[in-house]
Amino acid sequence: MKYEVVIGLEVHVQLKTLSKIFCSCSTEFGRPPNANTCPICLGMPGVLPVMNKKVVEYAIKACLATHCEVQTTSRFARKNFFYPDMPKGYQITQFELPIGLNGYINIETDGTPKKIGLTRIHLEEDAGKSIHGENLGRPGRSYVDYNRTGVPLVEIVSEPDLRSPAEAREYLAQLKAILDYAEVSDVNMEEGSLRCDANVSLRPVGQAEFGTRTELKNINSFKFVQKALEYEIERQAKVLNQGDKVVQETRLYDSDKGVTFPMRSKEEAHDYRYFPEPDLVPTVCDAAWIDSIRQSLPEMPEAKRDRFVSAYEIPEYDAGVLITSKALADYFETSVKLLNKPKTVSNWIMGDLLKELKNDDKEIDECPVTPERLTDLLKLIDDGTISGKMAKTVFEDMYQSGKPPAEIVKAKGLTQITDESALAKMVEDVIAANPGQAEDFKNGKDKLMGFFVGQVMQASKGQANPALVNKLIKEKLSS
Amino acid sequence: MSSDSFDIEKIALLARLKLTEEEQLRLGRQFEGILQHIDQLNQLDTENVEPTSHVLPLQNVFREDEVKTLFEDGKYLSLAPRQDKDHYEVPQII
Repeated sequence: MKYEVVIGLEVHVQLKTLSKIFCSCSTEFGRPPNANTCPICLGMPGVLPVMNKKVVEYAIKACLATHCEVQTTSRFARKNFFYPDMPKGYQITQFELPIGLNGYINIETDGTPKKIGLTRIHLEEDAGKSIHGENLGRPGRSYVDYNRTGVPLVEIVSEPDLRSPAEAREYLAQLKAILDYAEVSDVNMEEGSLRCDANVSLRPVGQAEFGTRTELKNINSFKFVQKALEYEIERQAKVLNQGDKVVQETRLYDSDKGVTFPMRSKEEAHDYRYFPEPDLVPTVCDAAWIDSIRQSLPEMPEAKRDRFVSAYEIPEYDAGVLITSKALADYFETSVKLLNKPKTVSNWIMGDLLKELKNDDKEIDECPVTPERLTDLLKLIDDGTISGKMAKTVFEDMYQSGKPPAEIVKAKGLTQITDESALAKMVEDVIAANPGQAEDFKNGKDKLMGFFVGQVMQASKGQANPALVNKLIKEKLSS
Repeated sequence: MSSDSFDIEKIALLARLKLTEEEQLRLGRQFEGILQHIDQLNQLDTENVEPTSHVLPLQNVFREDEVKTLFEDGKYLSLAPRQDKDHYEVPQII
């Protein structure tokens, strides 16, 4: 049986405010456990939440950046359930009246563009972090750190429009870029400021109704989103092919084993008993407020890509790579301002620079080579001081040592030999050492050019200017 | 005790309450009364009445995004019934 895959993603994004959503505690990551807490986020009796204005602004920004309709009136609700990481016994979230509805983002996989619908964007508070006792040397108990409790989140819910794990991954990448550009979140999956749950089901090709879905949780990287979905799709197909039914359940992804497994089901089905949060008043976003935020919205990734292609005349592929993060796009533009050779700059960024960063698992803003240093290096190629091949070695050194390119070139004695008389001597020596080949070349065996250039380069330890060597060999052998 | 409209055991479970049989009976009767009262309210025509989520006609009560520390670190933790290694200790989860 041939199945069609149906995927919808729920993405939780931490907004980058300084303080929490309903109290003035810091949201700083990496503080000692329970340092960022107060009676409000700890859910002490009698405390009152007060909405952080910046959270609403960021949420409106996130809505505008994803083409969602910002709702004039939105309201908070209590979602009731008991779990130790949520001290109040309920989570304050938006239910019936979320802040944003009916958006979309554009994705492209294998050159095919597609619009992915967004059902809604709503605001909520994050929960704390539970630690199993084993990890603290106390099996049989659990421990809770409430630093994250009350950190502002937007949950972005997609329509079930995704049809493959690759599309899901691309959707997530685009969403991440958009939120990064809008400057509403750090979108860091490792630090948990971007988290993804996936709903996935299969249906026979041509069938209109959806099949039974499972929800995958605990997916904390782009790669894992794709891998977890691929595994789950295969698992469901196997179940269906055996004539069995897929059980609707929540499953966790184990990235070490590369499998999904059912989360132990709770004793009873969830019954959240949502009701309007009486401690918070409705949020009203009028047109003037929304417009002023729209004005402040920076250039979004799609617009930037189009501009890069037209303004810098670089291929669409290059532009697509360069815009994946705002910091990378800025790095490119700063470099081009310093050296107006967009395609050369793009090649170096996409090649050597991203390769080194990837090896080091670093982001562009942690790159030891600044745009100034990179373009200084490229200028050394331009003025003939070093060859392109030498530049690659210098780049590696620059990346490791953080030293300016000219200093490395000097220290390594890498300067290209452009002294014509010195090179002429080397060329003559090579010809003298290979009289047979020289004769063949003179008799029309042009292919031997490469051989001679290679010999001279070897003799000069790679420092000869190749263009000059070519010229000299031709001169000597045609006379 | 159970009625057609609710299951007292489930409600107790959702609220994490352990009830004796006597309490189940007594609270069940009270709950029945509450629901009857709501049934009575439901007879009113509220077709054109906006649902009330807040009793005061307020909107957009905000605070600025500023960090303030009320008490030094660890103040609240020391009040917890059980704590260890800067964490609140709770019965094992899963």
